[in-house]
Amino acid sequence: MSFEPKNAAVKWVEDRLPITGMLHHALYEYPTPKNLSYWWTFGSLAGVMLVVQIVTGIVLAMHYTPHVDMAFTSVEHIMRDVNFGWLLRYMHANGASMFFIVVYLHIFRGLYYGSYKAPRELLWWLGLVIFLLMMATAFMGYVLPWGQMSFWGATVITNLFSAIPVVGDSIVSWLWGGFSVGNPTLNRFFSLHYLLPFVIVGVVILHIWSLHTSGSNNPTGLDIKDKQDSIPFHPYYTVKDLFGLAIFLIFFSVFLFYAPNYMGHPDNYIPANPLVTPAHIVPEWYFLPFYAILRAVPDKLGGVLLMFGAIAVLFALPWLDKSRIRSARFRPIYKQLFWVFVADCVLLTYIGGKPPEGDFILWGRIATIYYFVHILILLPLVGLFEKPKPLPASISEDVLAKKPAAEETANA
Amino acid sequence: MLKHITSLSMAALVSLTFLGNAQAASDAIELKSGHWKHGGIFGTYDRAAAQRGLQVYREVCAGCHGLALVAFRTLTDLGFSGEEVKAIAAQSDFLDGPDASGDMFERPGKPSDRFPSPFANEQSARASNGGAYPPDLSLITKARASGDDYVYSLLTGYGEAPEDIQMAEGMNYNAYFPGHQIAMPAPLSADAVEYSDGTPATVDQMAHDVTVFLTWAAEPKMEQRKNIGLKVILFLLVLAGIFYAVKRKVWSDLH
Repeated sequence: MSFEPKNAAVKWVEDRLPITGMLHHALYEYPTPKNLSYWWTFGSLAGVMLVVQIVTGIVLAMHYTPHVDMAFTSVEHIMRDVNFGWLLRYMHANGASMFFIVVYLHIFRGLYYGSYKAPRELLWWLGLVIFLLMMATAFMGYVLPWGQMSFWGATVITNLFSAIPVVGDSIVSWLWGGFSVGNPTLNRFFSLHYLLPFVIVGVVILHIWSLHTSGSNNPTGLDIKDKQDSIPFHPYYTVKDLFGLAIFLIFFSVFLFYAPNYMGHPDNYIPANPLVTPAHIVPEWYFLPFYAILRAVPDKLGGVLLMFGAIAVLFALPWLDKSRIRSARFRPIYKQLFWVFVADCVLLTYIGGKPPEGDFILWGRIATIYYFVHILILLPLVGLFEKPKPLPASISEDVLAKKPAAEETANA
Repeated sequence: MLKHITSLSMAALVSLTFLGNAQAASDAIELKSGHWKHGGIFGTYDRAAAQRGLQVYREVCAGCHGLALVAFRTLTDLGFSGEEVKAIAAQSDFLDGPDASGDMFERPGKPSDRFPSPFANEQSARASNGGAYPPDLSLITKARASGDDYVYSLLTGYGEAPEDIQMAEGMNYNAYFPGHQIAMPAPLSADAVEYSDGTPATVDQMAHDVTVFLTWAAEPKMEQRKNIGLKVILFLLVLAGIFYAVKRKVWSDLH
């Protein structure tokens, strides 16, 4: 079915620039598997959060001053003097956490249902690129209020680059624009923090383009075989996503309006002071698993390599996973391993927030080793030895077979 | 077998969490709760307490601690009239200028001014306080974990040092300060201020009142935030209900 504009003006534009047809194809008729669960809502929620962050961020930038002497007070000016400035800032600060919550769920959904496997390898890669860009953006954004954690977080993380042999120190000075984190650092972080979200928008467009080329995965992991298996995106998934969005916004609102500083650190309400180091320098919660991996290695360079390696190995996932079955629903052993892996990531997050002392060091190392063992050893092996459950003939057959026992989906 | 591994690792994780919490609890000092009226979903600032707290701040704390982010005009939030705010502001003098002839001049404060800081800079503050720097209090309850309970506990936590603690020169024992040695001497003593509403000015009462005032100073938009939040969430609940009904209707032709 192709797009035939009825309105003369739309048709005039369409003949010269087929943008309406493109949007119609992408948002309206896009054939989607009919069995997507609510785990598939998190992609569109991530898109919504990106827009929320950009809109609130642009307005915040109108009131913020990127200077070491004024950044902290300009944020308080937003909180106290700008009309609804507190709302904008709390939306933006909590929005970052919400964006990561949604994206982490989106990634774990991809891991569970094998969404990274052929033909979606590039789609997966683009997603990981978005994730990396998000981390860079969030890190630089956290520096902007110029509180104690901003300053010391920036110092610790930029200092990681000094682990690079020979040129490390030069690279760090180059990143700082000086010999310590200072005004040039703040200025460039502000500039890049404003730039990167638009780069993310670009990669998101590629991500969706790639998605619409290979089509959405689904809880069975089966390809769409005939018309019975798919439904148009609109109105079925637009309305389903809208319901998911409303529920998610309630969750967001609880933090935004009733615990706006819960996910922040009290030290960031103390103006940055290069002469006073906080007792425990901790990054925002969404970096904690990687921070735990970094600190699990006694060697600085080793820790940095392992931390970046933790994301690098995700790029190789489509080739590490030897199973030709996508969905964990039909992979009894992988399904168990998946949940152990989730538990391992939760453990890493917990350890990342604790001081590196006593048992925390040991547990951090065990969890780090398991992270890599899961991806580099268990995943390839399991694919070779696991005996998958019988697959349904098609998505449609699976949906019909499920109807009497709808609880199964809830468990999956 | 794998199921066992899963449940084992889950159990390990859960017990570790409890272990960690238990350890954290034994490390951290348990704070006194001020039983605040500003807590909870519907909590609002206790105006009378905050007004008394302003008096405590001005007569006791302001000697050493600034409140540089708070403008006098915002005191109307606490129930002061415009005239009262003008009078409060006028009690401090501010350096302004330059005037037409290029000279700086002193003038009484206006509602648009912010609370004056007692020291010109950090060095002068340290010089007057035996090397310690009294922090600005504008954000103090947000800059400490459980800030309101912390400030209240700290102000009422002075006492004789236990025998096993060797106090450093010029330091004071405080049960709630990290490390228990604080440079600030006990700031409050009974009847340090005289409340115009007749409330007895006990140390506990003054500590409570000034904490309410400082909590407001750190988060002046809290009431507006909670108020809007309630409406937003009620709206979203209805919206979610409508979307759910529409979703059921739209999908009904598939099932």
